[in-house]
Amino acid sequence: MRTIYKNFCVISILLVVAIFISACSGKEGEDTANDTNKINIRINNDPDFLDPHMAEASITFQMLLNIYDGLLIGDTDGSLKPSLAEDYRISDDGLTYTFTIREGVTFHNGEPLTVEDVQYSFDRLMGTTTGEPLSSDFDNIASLNTPDDKTFVITLQEPNSAFLTYLTALNSAIVPKSNDGKHNENPIGTGAFKFNSYSPENNLVLEKNENYWKEGLPYLDKVTFTFQPDDQTALLSLQAGEMDIVSVGSHRVSEVEEQFNLEYQDSNSVLLMGYNQERELFTDIRVRQAINYAVNKDDIIEAAFSGYATKLGSNMSPAMGDVFKEGMEDTYKQDVDKAKELLAEAGYADGFSTTISISSHAALYTNVAQVVVENLKEIGIHAEIEVVEWGVWLERIYQGRDYDMTIIDFTGVLSPYETINRYVSDADNNFFNFKNEEFDQLMSEVLVESNTDRQKEIYQRLQEILSEEAAAVYLADYQIIWALNPKLEGYKLYPYFFHDLAEVRYTE
Amino acid sequence: MKRIRNYGKNINLIIGSLILFAVLIMMIVSFFYTPYDVNEMDIANKLQPPSLVHWFGTDEFGRDIFSRIMVGTQTAFFVGTVSVSIGLIFGVLIGGVSGYFGGWIDEIIMRIIDALMAFPGIILALMLVAVFGSGMVNTSIALGLMAIPGIARIARSGFLQSKDAEYVQAAKLMGQTPLRIMTKHILPNVISPIIVAASIAFAVAMLAEAGLSYLGLGVQPPDPSWGRMLKDSQGYLVSAPWYTYAPGIVITLMVLGFYLLSNAIRDISDPRSRK
Repeated sequence: MRTIYKNFCVISILLVVAIFISACSGKEGEDTANDTNKINIRINNDPDFLDPHMAEASITFQMLLNIYDGLLIGDTDGSLKPSLAEDYRISDDGLTYTFTIREGVTFHNGEPLTVEDVQYSFDRLMGTTTGEPLSSDFDNIASLNTPDDKTFVITLQEPNSAFLTYLTALNSAIVPKSNDGKHNENPIGTGAFKFNSYSPENNLVLEKNENYWKEGLPYLDKVTFTFQPDDQTALLSLQAGEMDIVSVGSHRVSEVEEQFNLEYQDSNSVLLMGYNQERELFTDIRVRQAINYAVNKDDIIEAAFSGYATKLGSNMSPAMGDVFKEGMEDTYKQDVDKAKELLAEAGYADGFSTTISISSHAALYTNVAQVVVENLKEIGIHAEIEVVEWGVWLERIYQGRDYDMTIIDFTGVLSPYETINRYVSDADNNFFNFKNEEFDQLMSEVLVESNTDRQKEIYQRLQEILSEEAAAVYLADYQIIWALNPKLEGYKLYPYFFHDLAEVRYTE
Repeated sequence: MKRIRNYGKNINLIIGSLILFAVLIMMIVSFFYTPYDVNEMDIANKLQPPSLVHWFGTDEFGRDIFSRIMVGTQTAFFVGTVSVSIGLIFGVLIGGVSGYFGGWIDEIIMRIIDALMAFPGIILALMLVAVFGSGMVNTSIALGLMAIPGIARIARSGFLQSKDAEYVQAAKLMGQTPLRIMTKHILPNVISPIIVAASIAFAVAMLAEAGLSYLGLGVQPPDPSWGRMLKDSQGYLVSAPWYTYAPGIVITLMVLGFYLLSNAIRDISDPRSRK
């Protein structure tokens, strides 16, 4: 009897503790930090670098873009707008880019922005003096010139119609020459907010740039980015009023939609299921199309994103603006009979067995895979799910191209060229092993095409080819859902990762 | 007679066996019948609360949670049975040889066992799964290896105590082989603490399988596993709490059942702990 008594004791203690914990977490404090003019934003992880030329992670730029500006800036609709360059001209041969540098801009340390700083920033990226380039985006540059104190000229070796997209702070932030060697410890830029402090695994604090070149901005005095890897904790902090902007999983929207303002950001990502087109099974376009017809995208969106996603039909998201080719998301509407027919034509009337290899780092992939497995079962394809670590996925599947099928999402970039250049036959990252002559041909054409209308036409045709050839099963561009303190206004959504806080303010 | 009457009074035995019996029945039934196909999705009806149609509700894909719990029993028992079998066979063999022969064999074997013991079991299992890949069979083998040292130690102490007993001496004098002495004479006399250890190992293996599946290393989706269900349900703790309760309660009950049963076996078989 004593043992069972002891067992009951333990169980009841656990129960009491559980109730206590859940009671604590349920509390909703009203003591928000917004009595003064500051804001607290949840970021999943630490930045990889504070030096914008070294940083690569998109979550880093989510924060850093408040400190740094580039010559241009990607706007909310995906188009490029002038930033530190007031104006630019491209020569007819597409080789010379002439920028007029904005006047009256000062760095956070009080120094005025000069063309030397611009030249220095590009030299640093290209490794002109060190011999070690920090970025490969500018390998195509033949020379940089500063004919006068407000003009900056870039000359390319070969025309590249996508070149302008490299000139935002994401790829080439403008940093002051006087801060050489200290960009990571003491970041200085021209942005709306200046660096205050960084404590690893805790937070990054920015404060208002009083001399910001956009008159009257920013409104906030202080911005704190708090690093919180755990979604649950972040949500609780939001509910407790400790944080003002937090991303919320789609399945938890119902818990926050009443008390908070929700913003749905089209993440400009492309979630797809790829197949290795070097494997015999998938060399046959009929098999690829059959798989496309088998998959029910609506079910996937409902199961994995609770409906908060946009269906895709090719490797581009509507967030890309006018290069996006509309109306392809239902090209392969689920049609089991047609899928079976195509499989039978290809000689696989009885189906076949295959493996879907996915990474374990996000539940998303497993969720999507489970729906796909059920869909494929209906047309007689028996797919097994193989979950591997992210490192293994990168090495074996992405680089080694040793897989049958996989599910992955690509985060958006501003350049339409970059978005789809992985399908070029000999691209390093063409892990689909996709090969199409027309595609390769058009891709090299679009680079030298200077007419923007013609560029759009080519990009749209390129998206059509991917769909026609069933280069992959294009699933969805999922939304990132931000829950905001309802007193905030002026938060803008971009087609890339950027918490633009310059125009954010409290309504009362 | 006195012993038998004692069984009846042992409340641990009654509750423990009732729980395990119920789960066992559930598993056997699940081979022939589940209310719904375990992997069949019905996304329009996702996250339904418990009702007469879906006893335990539905998960985020609209799959029937009760059916998945039922089939999850197979996973739990498979992992438990395979790993305990591995633990028992190798544990008793290693411990038996070590205890019976003694001397340098004992020294070498026990130092290796010590080293294995020093290694936290779940870390060992994690390492093996990382090396040989995830999945139900590999998980079972890893957990089986994890169970060997504990059982080997208990077996060794039993064999060590009995090897100089009179009945063993007698058997030796009759010229029986060591193998026969160990299996026919000593083992039946030292088996009860081993059974206690094995039933605890069973519970530990099930719990570890749930843990590994929770970490995404055990049973692979879409096949149901309680640990994985627990993990998947975690995001719906507020919006669909029943999803978490079902696997949570079943895991707790199952482990409780095994502990109660092993306590009972120990009470019954060990005269000193009997009241």
